[in-house]
Amino acid sequence: MREKKLLTGNEAVARGAWEAGLVFASAYPGTPSTEILEALAGYGDDLYAEWAPNEKVAVEAAIGASMAGVRSMAAMKHVGVNVAADPLFTFAYTGVTGGMVLVSADDPGLHSSQNEQDNRNYAKAAKLLMLEPSDSAEAKAFMKLGLDLSERFDTPVLLRMTTRVCHSKSLVELEERKPVPSIPYVKNIAKYVATPQNARVMRKNLIGRYADELAYANGEAVEIGVNRIEWAASGTGDAENDGTGGGQAGEHIGVLTAGVSYQYARDVFGDGASYLKLGMTYPMPIALVREFAEKVDKLYVIEELEPYMESALLEAGIACIGKEVIPEWDELNTDIVRQSVFGKQPQTLASDILPIPRPPSLCAGCPHRGFFYALSKRKNVMITGDIGCYTLGSAPPLSAIDSCFCMGGSISTGHGAAKAFAEIGADTRVVSVIGDSTFFHSGVTSLMDVAYNAGNNTTVIMDNRITAMTGQQENPGTGRTLSGAPAPEVDIPGLCIALGIKKENIRIINPLDLAASNAALDAAFSAQGASVIITRWPCALKKFSAADKSEFDLARKICEIDQDKCTKCKMCVKTGCPAIRSGEQVVIDALTCTGCTVCKQVCSFGAISIKE
Amino acid sequence: MNSDSVTAILLVGVGGQGTILASQILSEGFVRAGYDVKMSEIHGMSQRGGSVSTQIRYGTKVYSPIIGRGEADVIVAFEKMEALRWIEYLKPDGKMIINDYEIPSVPILTGAEQYPEGILGDLAARADVSVLRAADIADEVGNARVMNIVLLGAAVKALTAAQPETMAGIVWEEIIRATVKPAFIDVNIKAFAAGQAAG
Repeated sequence: MREKKLLTGNEAVARGAWEAGLVFASAYPGTPSTEILEALAGYGDDLYAEWAPNEKVAVEAAIGASMAGVRSMAAMKHVGVNVAADPLFTFAYTGVTGGMVLVSADDPGLHSSQNEQDNRNYAKAAKLLMLEPSDSAEAKAFMKLGLDLSERFDTPVLLRMTTRVCHSKSLVELEERKPVPSIPYVKNIAKYVATPQNARVMRKNLIGRYADELAYANGEAVEIGVNRIEWAASGTGDAENDGTGGGQAGEHIGVLTAGVSYQYARDVFGDGASYLKLGMTYPMPIALVREFAEKVDKLYVIEELEPYMESALLEAGIACIGKEVIPEWDELNTDIVRQSVFGKQPQTLASDILPIPRPPSLCAGCPHRGFFYALSKRKNVMITGDIGCYTLGSAPPLSAIDSCFCMGGSISTGHGAAKAFAEIGADTRVVSVIGDSTFFHSGVTSLMDVAYNAGNNTTVIMDNRITAMTGQQENPGTGRTLSGAPAPEVDIPGLCIALGIKKENIRIINPLDLAASNAALDAAFSAQGASVIITRWPCALKKFSAADKSEFDLARKICEIDQDKCTKCKMCVKTGCPAIRSGEQVVIDALTCTGCTVCKQVCSFGAISIKE
Repeated sequence: MNSDSVTAILLVGVGGQGTILASQILSEGFVRAGYDVKMSEIHGMSQRGGSVSTQIRYGTKVYSPIIGRGEADVIVAFEKMEALRWIEYLKPDGKMIINDYEIPSVPILTGAEQYPEGILGDLAARADVSVLRAADIADEVGNARVMNIVLLGAAVKALTAAQPETMAGIVWEEIIRATVKPAFIDVNIKAFAAGQAAG
């Protein structure tokens, strides 16, 4: 018997890629997709995996590897596909040489995202064959199938995951790696050069391919169980149902579902209902759905977010109940499905005492806190923000971020705002805050815009020496690659100068030093033209490298409050540090304090000192 | 319904308390006992001092990887206020193990809110509750960071009492050995035993 192991969906995708002979993988970290590449890196010499600076680069690199004749993949969170959409849509036209799978990890419920967009719509818009696993075993199997189908139908394949598939563990049978011979490179201009003349032909091929894929979805995909009907336990589908599927006595309930929603539907509707469980959701196997729909009395469509499958049924004139009862927002669970369909509330316990909310916050010792504190005291300032831990600077008591849209957006949003303020004669200053990894991702072109078009917003590059939010990944500024190999570090000030920012308008500071933070802001606000402040200090959660230890004073210290001197003015509390607690006395928790001294610097009474 | 043959365990706490490691060890135990197991965890932003949960469901066949309200057979609350937050997920006849330990959230730290009083008494009056001071026990064992394994020990004790046949063949010490870093095996095994004794 093969070994069975508990794997997360992400680990299973990596395992599937390895087993299927994958050679090249690239990704930009983003919850809930990050661990796919981390797991792939563990397969060492069998394949090559890298962190790309952004998702577009990752997809383009995977396209190149496919053209070179090997199996490749790119992985990203749902919003990353927006960044990668440009090459992706044309890659759907050209098709592949070696199989290529794009993993999109969607985040219904916004556990760690700025929106909950439903990337199944990308499959439809770009005409990408799409597979949706519902657990880890399928995540592995569909990754392998995806690479096969990519080569067979000459198309990139979208493997659409969601948070609960990515981050749930379930049992997976482990198999061995089957190396796939590489396909010799042959120059093929008509296939890969998407000039209008060639792309017109490609477009026709794309439409033609759809018919073959559709036939597969209705036929072979059913034979191998990727699209499958599970008839009610009490009969073959024509038989009368005992009603435990939730219908009236004698009513045969059918459920069309895919992805993790299948798991919730099975728990709610039970063995008395019949299921059409789709693993392949683009093309939508409408003939199969129609056949299923004709054999049931009432058809429910259980899917998270958009009415993606339901819309296909409505277009085909198949009656169903979907979003009229199932919410279009948040992730689903058994509770929501049961309540939405049957109006049943579970029996629960409740307390009269209400818990206080526990929002996430910047860690104790977070280097962003000092700079945000200084920034929060500035008046008549618009602060455009970006995607990363530092977005938590928007939370009270700091409240030092006014906007957050997308990766890299802070600088260009700030540029537009500053230009608009100038045009209308407003004297509001604009500060754009962005992390190191986010700057490399897509902030560089925005800063180029600021320099090129004589902008005057202040860009703050918060360089905490790591990609922190997603759990400490290396990036082009850290000096290490995904596999830990040494790499050149991006010279951030040098890069800013190369983009056209004046050298005298660039300052590098320790963000935990409030005087330095204030001096940098004063200088930036009085500078002519665009300015850059680089705040350089490692993340408090980082495993410090030898280079970190030699550059920064990272010796652990603890701050403590002299209660005789403390006037309970609570200035230190207003830094929002989770190590400081305000009660009858204001105290610092010695276990969580890192001795960053931001509280000590804001205390006007000399009540806080460092205990070495 | 299918869920009747499934046991659901919810571990709740605050980001950084080690709920994931404890859940991994529990899940591995159920796998070794021959069950179908699903475990769900949350990564990313909420880990930054936010409220976190890991969820385990095991049985002959498990569908949903997550637990609905009123469905948890056992809840292990690594922090007192989190016990309060998740009480509606407990089956009315379920068991709750509460670590008598407070981690104030930001609105409490800043003085905007007060840490609620009387949580343990209130919950004990409504549900089958066991309380332990896992932080003190971890300190006695010699490392404050093994608080999660103390709570794991208490959870295993409660599960063994409820399902003696299921739990009989699982050698937890072996799984702990295989899961934690070699330098910390002994202290974790001591913590597990102390948690079982206290649970």
